[in-house]
Amino acid sequence: MIAYLLRRLLFTVPVLIGISLITFVLIYFLPADPARMYAGPNASVDAVNRIRTQLGLDQPFYVQYGRYLERAVQGDLGYSYQLQMPVTQAILTRFPYTLQLTLAGIFVELLIGVPAGLLAASRRSTWLDGTSMVASLIGVSSPPFWLGLLMLYFFAFRLGLFPLGGAGSWQHLILPAVTAGLGGAGWYARMTRSSALEVLSADYVRTARSKGLAGGQVLRRHVLRNAINPIVTMVGMDIPWFIGGVVLIETVFAWPGIGRMMVDAILTDDVPLILGTVTFTAVLVVVSSIIIDIVQAMLDPRIRLR
Amino acid sequence: MRSHTDAPLPDADARALADAGSGTARGAVPETQFTLAWRHFKRDRLALAGGIFVLLLVLVAVLAPVLAPHDPAEQFAEGLTLDGLPVSSTLPESAQFPLGTDQNGRDLLSRIIYGARVSLTVGVLANVIAVTLGVLVGALAGYLGGWRGNSIMRFTDMMMAFPTLLLAIALVAVLRPSIWVIIFVIGAVYWTWIARIVYGAVRSLREREFVTAAVSMGAPTWRIVLRHLLPHLLPLVIVWASLGISTNVMLEASLSYLGIGVQPPTPSWGGMIQQGQSFYRAAPWLVIYPGLAIMLTILSFNLLGDGLRDALDPQQQRR
Amino acid sequence: MHPSRRPVTLRAIVLSILVSVVLAACGGGGASELGPADQGTSPPQATQREPGGNPPSAGGDIPRGGTLTIAYKDDLATLDPAVGYDWTNWPAEKMVFDGLLDYDDTTNLQPRLAESMPEVSPDATVYTFRLRQGVTFHNGREVTADDVAYSITRVLDPQTKSPGSGFYTGIAGAQDFIDGKADSVSGIRVVDPRTIEFTLESPDVTFGNKMALNFAFIVPKEEVERLGENFGHNPVGTGPFLFREWIAGRQLTFERNPNYFFEGLPYLDQVVIQVGVEPEVALLRLERGEIDSMGDPIPAAEFARIKDDDAWQGRLTSAPQVSTIYITMNTQMKPFDNVQVRRAMNMAIDKERIIRLLGGRGTVANQILPPLMPGYDQDYQGYEYNPDQARQLLADAGYPNGFSTTMECIAVEPQPKLCESFQQDLSKIGVQVQVQTLAASTVIADGGTEGKVPLVWSGGLGWIQDYPDPDDFYTPILSCVAAVPGGWNWPWYCNQDLEQKAQQAIGTTDTEQRLGLYREIYRTLMDEAVWIPVYNGQYDIAHSDKLVGKETDFAHPEHTIRYERLAKQP
Repeated sequence: MIAYLLRRLLFTVPVLIGISLITFVLIYFLPADPARMYAGPNASVDAVNRIRTQLGLDQPFYVQYGRYLERAVQGDLGYSYQLQMPVTQAILTRFPYTLQLTLAGIFVELLIGVPAGLLAASRRSTWLDGTSMVASLIGVSSPPFWLGLLMLYFFAFRLGLFPLGGAGSWQHLILPAVTAGLGGAGWYARMTRSSALEVLSADYVRTARSKGLAGGQVLRRHVLRNAINPIVTMVGMDIPWFIGGVVLIETVFAWPGIGRMMVDAILTDDVPLILGTVTFTAVLVVVSSIIIDIVQAMLDPRIRLR
Repeated sequence: MRSHTDAPLPDADARALADAGSGTARGAVPETQFTLAWRHFKRDRLALAGGIFVLLLVLVAVLAPVLAPHDPAEQFAEGLTLDGLPVSSTLPESAQFPLGTDQNGRDLLSRIIYGARVSLTVGVLANVIAVTLGVLVGALAGYLGGWRGNSIMRFTDMMMAFPTLLLAIALVAVLRPSIWVIIFVIGAVYWTWIARIVYGAVRSLREREFVTAAVSMGAPTWRIVLRHLLPHLLPLVIVWASLGISTNVMLEASLSYLGIGVQPPTPSWGGMIQQGQSFYRAAPWLVIYPGLAIMLTILSFNLLGDGLRDALDPQQQRR
Repeated sequence: MHPSRRPVTLRAIVLSILVSVVLAACGGGGASELGPADQGTSPPQATQREPGGNPPSAGGDIPRGGTLTIAYKDDLATLDPAVGYDWTNWPAEKMVFDGLLDYDDTTNLQPRLAESMPEVSPDATVYTFRLRQGVTFHNGREVTADDVAYSITRVLDPQTKSPGSGFYTGIAGAQDFIDGKADSVSGIRVVDPRTIEFTLESPDVTFGNKMALNFAFIVPKEEVERLGENFGHNPVGTGPFLFREWIAGRQLTFERNPNYFFEGLPYLDQVVIQVGVEPEVALLRLERGEIDSMGDPIPAAEFARIKDDDAWQGRLTSAPQVSTIYITMNTQMKPFDNVQVRRAMNMAIDKERIIRLLGGRGTVANQILPPLMPGYDQDYQGYEYNPDQARQLLADAGYPNGFSTTMECIAVEPQPKLCESFQQDLSKIGVQVQVQTLAASTVIADGGTEGKVPLVWSGGLGWIQDYPDPDDFYTPILSCVAAVPGGWNWPWYCNQDLEQKAQQAIGTTDTEQRLGLYREIYRTLMDEAVWIPVYNGQYDIAHSDKLVGKETDFAHPEHTIRYERLAKQP
């Protein structure tokens, strides 16, 4: 187990170097000039050059990258031009919002998806089954930004039930979380349904039923237990998806998370901030996959971590 | 089949793909089974509906000049109110605009019809790139195996650790938005998934007799990959082709919604929503109709893909 | 000009507003304050009690206390006055800091931290300021002339990376200091603890305006050094409000400075700036009474709805901006090297439709300077909208079938929609335009790259004055100095005659003569048709009926919103 963890962690090192290198190369080719963006329009060409030197942007590519790595190892991800604060600080102030939205979104997915899947499985081939499966596909197929705009329009603007975007209280969290969750709930529903069907048709469940075990008990005892592992896997896949893909929802709801900050950084050529956030999300992706592996091993003794 | 190093999903649809992969990877489908599959497929009403809608969509895209009531780029003087607002279709004087006009006084219906061209072009061509790249890389890595195959897949894993949407945004920013760049970028961010699935499939196929036989007969590597492995991956590719298009349509819409998509005046559904959203009170149709178009398109490709997966994989749980 | 630091709706276009009523009173465009003689001799208008003109509300008791909540789309970058350079952080910085000089209700300079207007040498090269007595920083220490010297030197110091350093390089010895050849700036001299003297390399009648810019706000050395790069997020100054709290991405809080040196100011107890609020959302919150004002322009779609709505009567403040939004044509690229082509382009744009697309906010522009800028040419008619004649001009120039070209625009609404309108207009004279919608940073980089992009739409990047002087439209964006890689002269037009005239103008102390020179310069530029001026903006601010203040407090030409002068009814 410990050897496994060490190996996985060791593998993250080349991944992170690779990711930061690729990002660095990409940014290097961005058409804009960060020094000029920083300097502003009244700055003379001299002033821009001075700022370029200050920022180390006149150095050759490999020197810039080397310096970046050297400082990154010490936990210094640089200073954001746009936000005028250290990148680490910027990430730490924004990340809690994204995490909040991610957890709430996954909660909504589970809250809708799992019961819907169980219901569909237990009423297999009825209109209930069909409807919930089509509904889940509609959720999956709706662009999150569109869904979010509709939510805002009806629930916040027309009905006035929720704030119109922004953050600060639990009411602010509901619409973005539901928007994020509705799309994903479809996948949970479909997966729960198929793993439930698998169990329901298995011999031991038929036996249990014939022995007179009530439907609810069967569901709890066998079906849920069997479905929990794929659900955990799915949650594990969800976390990175949320962190990378929640950009659109954060944009629609003006949610001050890391995704929106990253898009802004890309569009304003804020090099240190782009590098820092991309590397940070990559770390999250790798770490969450390790955690999921461990959780799975704990839940299912058949899985061994090698 | 979901591997333990699973990385960020490009989109929810990729999760379906993982299912698709697991289904077909288990057993290679002999070509004769396609007839069987078609019989299955015909009975699947939802999949048929999806397929029919896809066909309709293709027709609309091809026949756009015939179907659209107006030139999608024409900005009508009467298409704007005196205050510069879009015109609603409910007004008698604007009956010539069946779904109203947009923020530039253009006919919304015509733009949605032409928008199908963009969505389908991007969806299909980006898929061609993603599938080609993914199949080549995955098949190669799977066939080579050993440290070489392993390092190729490690690289793939690394690419998957990038947040997809952000990688796409950064790439578009560097290359500058145009329809061709969008196609290339979408292909370039989604190949990893196919590579991963194809890799798994090839790894299991490799152990089977017909490949071992070919190897023992001294066939060159490329020939084995091309002649023996690729055809067996066909069902997988077909399923991806359908599910992948829906993913690509979604990503194209998202990029356009963020304002870095297809360039004006070419109508793109995602871009139409972005440009129209500030009129949510005066002209909510600017957001509702293009969004419906995106949703129905993605839905029908998903239904089609699901149906294909079920049909092509007899071991899969059936509805 | 205030740059758009992020790709943001209209944000950059809006800084400067001149209330038309005031302007009418000034007759010739408010020009009289420009001469140094006037500056030196005009009696200080402000008394110790009331800076910045008259009391806020028209007579009666001004309510005290309360919290003003305002919403902006973008988070503020910094409150360090040496660094911040866009229109959301400038008014906020003004809460915490003061400069030596300030503006009254319009664009006339008046003393602020200075006791009176500076003494100016007859050739406009030596400016001497005397400080007000007994003004303290928020940390309790008294402000001295050393603080002034420190603050200006800090802006020039390359370590500060101040985008405003260019305004002060005219001070003698500044260049040597920047180049590291001197430890201090020789032209900045502390005469005594309350007196400071600036010596300039060459005459500059706009130096007083430059001392009223945020960059010249006075900061306490010990706090800057203590806080280091965090100073911008924990600002300490002399201003009417104390900085209290900053929740990144959500809101900033400021509290009344009980020891403010202008007795009686400010009226409010607290100002809360919410950030990350889209303008559409801000307007709805305002309608629901959740906030008191919105900082960004009202979205065009909404403006059309509310402008005639009775419920909004008295809650909208409209004022024209001192801004021109335009298309640049790269005079070094074919076919725009041909002046006939550039003139034809000028006649092809349906500017009225643009105004309509903007919901009626703005007026058609026919020249480079906006109407409210001193030096604006009342008699100049500009190019009329005439596609037929434009086609004829193109044919004469050798393009009977038109040509294809590229235009870059910022990818933030409403800019793409305006560019699509240009696209249609130009196609009518046979010019096929490929519109590229890009991030602001990319457009700026391309504009400043030689031979890179033929047409640039300035919307979203628009030129706004830093101070009310016609030079602000020439030297930074149309001079030869700016026609260099990385510069802002995107037409890449350089005319040595104009360059000389501009040099002459900046040292001319006689106002009429000076403005005459600028009229010649801008007429030549229009004759050469380096731009297509499209419209002059209009600024509309929406606020709750509880807020009390004059129009100019909501929409001041130099400060946008003046928090210190607004009051709120309970």
